[in-house]
Amino acid sequence: MNIRIKFQKYGVMRFIGHLDMMRYFQKAIRRADIDIAYSEGYSPHQIMSFAAPLGVGVTSDGEYFDIRANSSHSSQKSIQALNEAMAEGISVLEYKLLPDTAKTSMSLVAAADYLIYTKPGYASLAETPEELQAKVQAFYEHQAEILIAKQTKKREITMDLKPLIYEMNALNLRSEETLSARKVKNPELLNACRKTGAEDDIPALFLKVCTGSADNVKPELVLEAFSNFHGLSLEMAGLQIHRLEVYAKADEIPVKGETERKSYENYLQKQKRIYQRQGIAFPEFVTLGELGKDI
Amino acid sequence: MEKLALSDEILLKIDKPARYIGNEINIVRKNPQNVAIRFAMCFPDVYEIGMSHLGIQILYDMFNQREDVYCERVYSPWVDLHKIMKEQRIPLFTLETQSPVKEMDFLGITIQYEMCYTNILQILDLSQIPLLAGERTEEDPIVIGGGPCTYNPEPLAEFFDLFYIGEGETQYDALFDLYQSIRRQGGARQEFLRAACKIPGIYVPSLYEVNYQEDGTIQSFTPKYEDVPPSVKKEIQMDLTNTFYPRKPLVPYIKATQDRVVLEIQRGCIRGCRFCQAGMIYRPTRERDVERLKTCAQEMLESSGHEEISLSSLSSSDYSKLPELINYLISFKEKGVNISLPSLRIDAFSLDVMSKVQDIRKSSLTFAPEAGSQRLRNVINKGLTEEIILEGAGLAFEGGWQKVKLYFMLGLPTETEEDRKEIPRLADKIARRYYEIPKDKRNGKCQITISTSFFVPKPFTPFQWAGMYPKEEYLARARVVNEEMKEQLNRKSLKYNWHEADVTVLEGVFARGDRRVGQVLLKAYEKGCIFDAWSEYFDNGKWMEAFQQCGVSIDFYNLRERSLDEILPWDFIDCGVSKSFLKREWHNALQETVTPNCKMQCNGCGAAQFQGGVCLEHQN
Repeated sequence: MNIRIKFQKYGVMRFIGHLDMMRYFQKAIRRADIDIAYSEGYSPHQIMSFAAPLGVGVTSDGEYFDIRANSSHSSQKSIQALNEAMAEGISVLEYKLLPDTAKTSMSLVAAADYLIYTKPGYASLAETPEELQAKVQAFYEHQAEILIAKQTKKREITMDLKPLIYEMNALNLRSEETLSARKVKNPELLNACRKTGAEDDIPALFLKVCTGSADNVKPELVLEAFSNFHGLSLEMAGLQIHRLEVYAKADEIPVKGETERKSYENYLQKQKRIYQRQGIAFPEFVTLGELGKDI
Repeated sequence: MEKLALSDEILLKIDKPARYIGNEINIVRKNPQNVAIRFAMCFPDVYEIGMSHLGIQILYDMFNQREDVYCERVYSPWVDLHKIMKEQRIPLFTLETQSPVKEMDFLGITIQYEMCYTNILQILDLSQIPLLAGERTEEDPIVIGGGPCTYNPEPLAEFFDLFYIGEGETQYDALFDLYQSIRRQGGARQEFLRAACKIPGIYVPSLYEVNYQEDGTIQSFTPKYEDVPPSVKKEIQMDLTNTFYPRKPLVPYIKATQDRVVLEIQRGCIRGCRFCQAGMIYRPTRERDVERLKTCAQEMLESSGHEEISLSSLSSSDYSKLPELINYLISFKEKGVNISLPSLRIDAFSLDVMSKVQDIRKSSLTFAPEAGSQRLRNVINKGLTEEIILEGAGLAFEGGWQKVKLYFMLGLPTETEEDRKEIPRLADKIARRYYEIPKDKRNGKCQITISTSFFVPKPFTPFQWAGMYPKEEYLARARVVNEEMKEQLNRKSLKYNWHEADVTVLEGVFARGDRRVGQVLLKAYEKGCIFDAWSEYFDNGKWMEAFQQCGVSIDFYNLRERSLDEILPWDFIDCGVSKSFLKREWHNALQETVTPNCKMQCNGCGAAQFQGGVCLEHQN
């Protein structure tokens, strides 16, 4: 059986790189006694694959990886067992069963949401959310294209970031409404935003960008372009990038196999009709977690 | 979560920030305000090396079982961070609470090899603790040294307040209790040290005076006060079953050198190889109970989630219940646990086990004959014969193996050119044995890899009196091996690796040096020497300058064959093995006489005084 696990990462764990996170979960899965499947051979390894690597220093509420298991307890029990095996700064949020022919999360990744805010003790992104929003408009909405220089293995190329940035706007993290709309779960960030006594707004950037193996946009790239455009001297070490969620394209078929694909297509069409009837646009993306169900 | 000692700016700039953030699985968390004693436990090398060390894990677990003690860890900041910490004057900190080391009551440093000595100075320097023990005040932690190199602590005498000689399980409780009672009475540092020197195994170097003769050898080594014991006896944990062993090992995020559960099955070695310090200082050989080991293995695998387990001991094949233990561990294979085998004696049993846990075509057999000729193997008392090697290799080749690794030493006492030439000849004989297998039954060529290291005489071995050689002589000896290898029939199946000799020379000085070589360490550190065990950072030029500027002669420490009546710098330590036994063994070596191992007969080394382990096996 295929399982998709969602977790969050915050605090000092942001300094653990992608490869080490994989090693961390290999051991955590064993500590939690999850009945994971192993490959054949002399040095069997766990069948496990991660969705989208997270850079060192970045925190997240939306990390995914898939495992193959021989058997499984309920989602609730498994989440509990995993969380008992976690280090401070990592929590498992979801544990979902996928169809047997599910495509890996890695192959499905299409977009990701990020929050970018200023770390305590560093120069703020902007005085107010409104000021930031004005800057975002000038940069994102008023520019026809956002050209940047990108270094490939062989040469430097110019690329247009604009079509790869799906959404960009300014937020105020002091607002509970915003925090719940963006489903912020990082306890340290929530604590900081809810600190009583402080009344100042907390301006932050929200980004939805193209993610995946084809056109991967790192938020740092957008920030750099943004900073250059406005002639800001943004200190990268002073900005906290927080990934909120990772998505697949809603109309991509997330399963392999002819019959499975057919039946998923039918399901999609039914869904689209329901949306149409209700007069709502069919969403462009679904979270990777929505492709599985609780057990 | 704790605030980190380093800023994000620094952590995002340096290599592997995970080395410095703590928060590992099974980390011990305590409120420092609720303990009486704060202890920083240090391995003076980079995190990945230090985290692989079993001794620290044992003591970390043991200390933290005491409610009044909080033991935290500290490792050497890598060179990138070292530079930043020096420039910005950031004090070295512990991983657990990220507090300055200087705030601790104790800084314990394990001293595992000579080439980490400058890293010890780095730790003190970055902690902003005076390097010289004599300059420390009431504000500074008590700096303790432990580990195998403390069997000759003299080169480091100036830098440590005290040394703990022997196995840590036994006397730390007494030391902590003493510290607390003296602190409660408002007692000072000096008072504590003076009282501590009476605890068995504790050596306080500042309480002893050394005088030298005109020829540079030691004239006298005497306590400065009447109540200070003239000799220090090593501490030993006789019951290795009912004692401390960590059931919840720390699990690092970055890949440590030992990224696995380590199960120490026994301490000591019955073999009595004359070059081997561990084989002497850990006497008598004591086994841990096999049932207890099984429980430990299971608990440690469960609590760590490691996917591999390995056994630790000096000569695992001598463990009496080895087949039982290994068969038990193999049963974990179903749960995806690999077994990393220690170097076992090659026989039908070990080959069977190896074929179960390794890919035969990729794995290699390891033999450590240490010397090429039987004559020289008799000198060093290495029981391995050519016959045993060829038989084991033959058995393995028939079973499908084709890679062999051979380990030798060069520069052994009495070694001749003929002995050196025997090294590649032995390798060739092994290759010939391989090609005796019919072509259709073997899998292409075999691969015999010869590695040599240069021998460094160590204290408390029968070779502690032996002379060493100049650097050029070592390299010339390696060339003899290399030339002779080219003469062999199967030379295309042989490969030879050897190292530079610079490090060997320094190891020689610090292994058998006295207090006067401490100043060279200081000078070398001032010149920027750190991470000397890492070839990319080892700078022999700076070391040679340091020796010259301090007026310390390398030749005095290395080239002399010491006379049997010379007072050796470590003579004040009683390691349980008597000097008369070592003398006898030195004599036997020169006579090329083999001494049987401890299981065959008792050779009266003196370790029987500890009343246990292999020594008791002879009483019936």
